[in-house]
Amino acid sequence: MRMFPDSPSDPGFQPSRRALLKVGAVAGGGLLVGFLTPLGRAAGPDGAFAPNAFIRIDPAGKVTLVMPQVEMGQGVYTSISMILAEELDADWAQVTFEHAPPNDALYANPIFGLQVTGNSNSIRAFWTPLRKAGAATRAMLVEAAASGWGVDPAACRTEAGQVIHDASARKIAYGPLTGRAAALKPPADPPLKDPKAFRLIGKPLKRLDTPAKVDGSAQYGIDALPPGVKIATLAHAPVFGAKVAHVDDSQAKTVPGYRQTVVLDDFVAVVGDHMWAAKQALAACAITWTDAPNAKVGMADVEAGLVKASTTRKGVIPKTAGDADKALGDGAISVTYQVPFLAHATMEPMNATAHVTPTSCEVWTGTQVISRAQATAAQVTGLPLDKVTVHNALLGGGFGRRLEFDPVTKAVQVAQHVDGPVKLVWTREEDIQHDVYRPAWYDRMSARLKDGKIDAWKHVITGSSVLSRWLPPAVKDGMDFDAYDSAADMPYDIPNMHVEYIREEPPAVPTGFWRGVGPSHNVFVVESFVDELAHKANKDPVAFRRSMLGKSPRLMAALDLAAQKSGWGDPLPSRVGRGVAVQPSFASWIAAVCEAEVDHDGEVKLRRIVCAVDTGAPVNPDTIVAQLQGGIVFGLTAALYGQITVEGGRVQQSNFHDYRMLRMDQCPPIEVHVIASGEAPGGIGETGTVIAQPALANALFAATGKRLRRLPIDRDVLAGRKEA
Amino acid sequence: MVSVTVNGQAHEVDAPPDMPLLWVLRDLLHLTGTKFGCGIAQCGACTVHVDGAPLRSCLLPIGSVAGKQVTTIEAVGQTPAGARVQKAWLDLEVIQCGYCQSGQIMSAAALLNTIPNPDDADIDAAMAGNICRCGTYVRIREAIKAAAKSV
Repeated sequence: MRMFPDSPSDPGFQPSRRALLKVGAVAGGGLLVGFLTPLGRAAGPDGAFAPNAFIRIDPAGKVTLVMPQVEMGQGVYTSISMILAEELDADWAQVTFEHAPPNDALYANPIFGLQVTGNSNSIRAFWTPLRKAGAATRAMLVEAAASGWGVDPAACRTEAGQVIHDASARKIAYGPLTGRAAALKPPADPPLKDPKAFRLIGKPLKRLDTPAKVDGSAQYGIDALPPGVKIATLAHAPVFGAKVAHVDDSQAKTVPGYRQTVVLDDFVAVVGDHMWAAKQALAACAITWTDAPNAKVGMADVEAGLVKASTTRKGVIPKTAGDADKALGDGAISVTYQVPFLAHATMEPMNATAHVTPTSCEVWTGTQVISRAQATAAQVTGLPLDKVTVHNALLGGGFGRRLEFDPVTKAVQVAQHVDGPVKLVWTREEDIQHDVYRPAWYDRMSARLKDGKIDAWKHVITGSSVLSRWLPPAVKDGMDFDAYDSAADMPYDIPNMHVEYIREEPPAVPTGFWRGVGPSHNVFVVESFVDELAHKANKDPVAFRRSMLGKSPRLMAALDLAAQKSGWGDPLPSRVGRGVAVQPSFASWIAAVCEAEVDHDGEVKLRRIVCAVDTGAPVNPDTIVAQLQGGIVFGLTAALYGQITVEGGRVQQSNFHDYRMLRMDQCPPIEVHVIASGEAPGGIGETGTVIAQPALANALFAATGKRLRRLPIDRDVLAGRKEA
Repeated sequence: MVSVTVNGQAHEVDAPPDMPLLWVLRDLLHLTGTKFGCGIAQCGACTVHVDGAPLRSCLLPIGSVAGKQVTTIEAVGQTPAGARVQKAWLDLEVIQCGYCQSGQIMSAAALLNTIPNPDDADIDAAMAGNICRCGTYVRIREAIKAAAKSV
C-alpha cells in the first residue's frame, strides 16, 4: 500500500506541519492540552489553532485522553492510552479514555482526513503525535514543579504521575501542578523517550474496556434505551434495487404490542412495544415489491462479468518491472483464482436508535464513521449538523460493516414517523441479506521459473472498487490502491513483473470493505500461486520463498521463526499437511504455518497454526497476540465456509445455519510469536484474517495434492469426487 | 400478565406467553446484558440459566419459565462458578468486542457447575453452540481451564 502511508516513518508520510499544542485550564480546575495529529487541520474556521485530540488532567491527577477512535474489540482504547501515558509518565491506574463526539474538522484520522476507525491504522496514525503531546505535557508539569521549588527543571525526573527532585528528596503529584502548568507555554520539540526506557509500551497491560464486558454492563448500540423507546424491525426489498409496491398490515394490527407500520421507498418497518411484537407484526404484513431489473441476476452473471472484463479490457498498472510479457514467453504457467462475496456477520446485528423532533435529532449507535452518521441524520431530517447529536457506543464487531452508515439513515427515516425515540433492529436474516459484501474477485496469474526462482510474474486482478464508492477522492485515474494492496507490493524479488487491476462492478450486489480489505484476497492469490510454483520448481515452499525475500529482511526473519516454531520439515502422518504463507500487509511482516488433516470425505481438521509477527514496536504485545489469534479464526472461517451467493437478484444465505462460522470444537491451537522491534508500529487488526487463508489452502495441498484455486474450499475436490 | 423470576427477583410482565424470554429480558425488564445474535438458537449470544441449565433465551417462550429461576449475566457473578469464570476471562484477557461474551460466560459457568474439571472434549461439547466472531476460542478454552483450577 503506497497511497495510504503505512506509518509515520514511511517516506510517503509527510506531515503538513509539526504537531502543535494548545494549552489551557479546565473550568473547575485542571489542565487541558489539545494537540494536533499530522495532516489534520491546523486552524479552525476562524483561523485559530484547533487541536484534534485532548489530554485532560484534573486536580486529583486523573488523566483522560479524548480521542476519536472507536473500540470494536481491537483494544485501541488501551493501546492509544498506553502510548500517551508512556511519554507523560502517568500513573497507569489514573488513565482513562473518552470517545470524542463527531466532528471531522477536529477529530479527523490523520491518514483518512475524516473521522473513521479502519484499515488497521489507529496506532500507525497516532504513534508520533501522541508521543510528542505526552512528552510536551510532561515537560510543562516538570517546569511547573521546578519553578515552585526554585530548582532547575533538568534536575527533576518523573515517574507514575509525579515530578521528583532527588537532590532535595521532594516529590509532587501531577494533579496539584495542573493549575500552574496551564499557564505555561508548551515546548516546541520535546525530547521523546529512548524506547529502552519505556515502562508501559511493550508490556501486556490489561485492557480498559473489558471489565464491563463480563457482567453485562457494557453498552453497545443495540442496548440504547432512551426513555419511552419503542422497538422496530424491518424488511428490505429482497431483490436488490426493488421497491415497496403495496403493504397490507391489517393482520399486523392484531398483534399485541403493535404500534405502527412505516412504509418507505425500499423497506417496511413495523414499530412495537418490544422486538417480539415488531417481528410478529412485520411477519403478518402482506408486502408486495416492484419488479426489479436485478430479479434475474445470479452468480453465473457475476462470474461471466468478471471473466469478460478480465479477458477483454485493459486496467491500470500499479507495478511493472523488466519485461514480464517477454520473459513469460511461450512457457508460462497460467492459472486463474476466484474468491466469493462475503458478509460481515458482526455478532451485534445492525441497529440504530433515533429520536427526531421538529428541531432536533438524537442518534444512538455503534459506528466506525461517527461524522458520516451525523451527516446522514442531518441530510434525512434537513436539520443543521449542530442540531444532530450522535452518541457512539461500543461496537459488537465492526470488520468494515460499521464503516457504512445505512442503519443510521434508516433509523432516522423511521423515527421521522414515530412520536418519541425508536430503536431499529435488523434481524440476523436482514443483516446477512442486506450487507455490503466483500467483493468477489477473479485473478489471472502467469509466471515463469528460471534457475529455481520466479523470473517473470503477471497478475491481473478483476473486481469491484470499494474505495471509488467509499472515498472517491482517494482514487486517482482508476488507481484504487486497496484493490491491489499486497499484490503490487508483493514481497518477492522478481526481475520481470506486471500487476494490473481491472475494475468491474458486479450486477446488483453492493460491495464494501471487509476485514483484511484488498489483501484479504490478494495475499491468498499471491501466496497460493507462489506455493504452486515452489512445487513446480521441486523446491521446499519455505526455501523457495526465502530465496526471493532478500529485499525483505523483516519478512525473512518472520518466515524463519514460523518455520522453526512449527517444526517445518518434521514428518507428518498421511493426509496431514503443513502450509506456509507470508505477507507484508498493513506495515506488519507476518509468516504463518498451518497444519491440517483431510479425511477421505474431504472434511478438514485444523491441527495447529503457528504465526510469527514483526509489527514494529509492540505497544501492547498481548493485544497483538489476541488480534492475530482472532483474525486467524476469521480468515479460517472464510476459507472453510464463507460464501454469499445471489440468485434471482437476492442473497441465498440468511443466518448462521447456512452462513457458517468456525466454532470452538473446530478451533485449533494458535501460537503467535511476536518479534521484538524498535520500528514504528504497524497495523494488526486485519492481518490474521489475511494470512490464514493461503496458509490453510497450502496445507490442504500438502495433505492431498489438490490445489484449491477457489474459496471457500471444496470438500468434493479434496475427497477426489470432483476435479478442481 | 406472566410471572417470571429473574436474578432472584419476581416480576409480572405484560407479555404474550409465546414471547421469547430474550425480549422480555431486554425490552421489558431492560436487562440488556443478554444479547440478541441470531434468533434461531444458532449462536448462543442469548444464553441464560434456567434452574441452572444453559438455555438459548431467543427461542424460549416466557410461558415456559414460570415458576423457574432465571439467572442472567448481570447476576451470574453472584454464583461461585460465574465469579470464577468472570475472573478468568479478565485474567486471561479473553474478550475483544465482547458482544458474544455474555453467552460464552453463561455457557462456561454452567459447564463448571456440571463438570468441575472439564477436558477439551467437554469444553468442545459445552461451548460449540456459542459463536465468537472475533475468534476468541483459544483464550476461552484456556480461561475455562483456569477457572476450573481456581477452586
